[in-house]
Amino acid sequence: MRLSRWLVPTLYIVFLLLPIYWLVNMSFKTTNEILGGFSPWPKNFTIDSYVTILTNPVWYNGYISSISYVLINTVISVSFALPAAYAFSRYRFLGDKHLFFWLLTNRMAPPAVFALPFYQLYSAIGLFDTPWAVALAHCLFNIPLAVWILEGFMSGVPKEIDETAYIDGYSFPRFFVKIFMPLIASGIGVTAFFCFMFSWVELLLAKTLTSVAAKPIAAVMTRTASTSGYELGLLAAAGVLTIIPGAIVIYFVRNYIAKGFALGRV
Amino acid sequence: MTKTWNNRAWFFVLPVLLLVAFNAIIPLMTVVNYSVQETFGNNLFFFEGTKWYEAVLASERFHGALLRQFMFTGIILLIEVPLGVAIALTMPRSGPWVSVCLVLMALPLLIPWNVVGAMWNIMALPDIGLLGYGLNKLGIPYNFTRQPFSAWFTVVLMDVWHWTSLVVLLAYAGLRSIPEAYYQAAKIDGASRFSVFRFIQLPKMNRVLTIAVLLRFMDSFMIYTEPFVLTGGGPGNSTTFLSIDLVKAALGEFNLGIAAAMSIIYFLMTLLVSWIFYTLMTRGEEQ
Repeated sequence: MRLSRWLVPTLYIVFLLLPIYWLVNMSFKTTNEILGGFSPWPKNFTIDSYVTILTNPVWYNGYISSISYVLINTVISVSFALPAAYAFSRYRFLGDKHLFFWLLTNRMAPPAVFALPFYQLYSAIGLFDTPWAVALAHCLFNIPLAVWILEGFMSGVPKEIDETAYIDGYSFPRFFVKIFMPLIASGIGVTAFFCFMFSWVELLLAKTLTSVAAKPIAAVMTRTASTSGYELGLLAAAGVLTIIPGAIVIYFVRNYIAKGFALGRV
Repeated sequence: MTKTWNNRAWFFVLPVLLLVAFNAIIPLMTVVNYSVQETFGNNLFFFEGTKWYEAVLASERFHGALLRQFMFTGIILLIEVPLGVAIALTMPRSGPWVSVCLVLMALPLLIPWNVVGAMWNIMALPDIGLLGYGLNKLGIPYNFTRQPFSAWFTVVLMDVWHWTSLVVLLAYAGLRSIPEAYYQAAKIDGASRFSVFRFIQLPKMNRVLTIAVLLRFMDSFMIYTEPFVLTGGGPGNSTTFLSIDLVKAALGEFNLGIAAAMSIIYFLMTLLVSWIFYTLMTRGEEQ
């Protein structure tokens, strides 16, 4: 019993880390060594793949466009969702439950259904192949997510605080920015993290809505993988570089991750 | 919390409503339009009624994709949920290792989905990948680009790797909400390990597990990128799930009517599950 207490989590974590190790391992090998056969660690250690990515504009522009649409999306999602989540957590109004449910359906809708119409919609309004197209398209699932998570955090703040602030003569905007937002600061942080993350990991819409100028890193990677096929070192290095941002911020949100995935309901 | 009735709250919701409606309703109407019309190019459309729906519902291809989708979702739920609960139960309840476990376990959740596919592709290559090479060395014939069974095995293993942590994190959050006093009371009563699980831990995890099952159902039901990068839906059609099939029809073959009718059927299925999710969530809150 005592043994199994640490054995099970340890085995699971080893299982989780193996593919990541393999990716890192590949990224430090030369193409010749990769194609030469199986080897559990790099024999001719090289950072060539990383140098290529950081110096070739096709590659690093992929990162820049990914980061730009992700940031635009995060800012839009959180700022639009804040007042809406407040309304849902404090008031009852005509059609509130239907609206809340309708938002959820958009989080649950398969992006594949939206790929073709989004392509036509964003071409029609002249945003195709810009970061804005992807940022707005990702709002489809990120705004509902942000509203649900923020509503969960806001419902934890007692309503008496709102009432006391009004009695003290705070106007609504001042109360919201000066008192309420600091109280749910961790909630806003977690929401921003989740919007960032779901926009960062999504590929289908990002690939469909861009062609050359705003191509995300994910699309650069899939093309490398499918055309040249055997530049596995480059592909692996690019993969490692996409894991790093998540790996850095994860420490700060570790206690809230469950709440975020459960749409604010744990 | 008692909420006040105030219709002016609509002004707070309006920006969200407009932006999401722009993204959701216009595209959905386009899809509905295509699903009832036939085109011969030149932007000429003719009303066709339910022709495309009948075609989709009768097509072998759609049945195949739907069947594979339900099989995949069923298999991963059967593996991930019990495994996730088991791991959450054995995780330390406090101490410095908690953070380490949480951070390492959450890692796969933050990796871009195409990288997950690419990573498992590299891992599973029969000649140079750790998994592929290892299995072949052990004398198990394995080649995920040729044998449907190997492809399925790899896709399922990849999904277990990718998402079991979600179940672990949710179950663990549920377990942490149990006060220490419950365990002490159970000890005094001489409860066995199993009855502690059955009568204390499981009821407390009820809600988070419902969320976990529904989220895993929905997200695996719309899975696209990971299997697409890993196997491309092959060998043959053996790992072509609903989303992959739909994108093939819509963007690959430009078969608008069929793709649109498929989209609507697909969307209605997710609507049903969303409704179940919503009912279970809000019922829990009212109690």
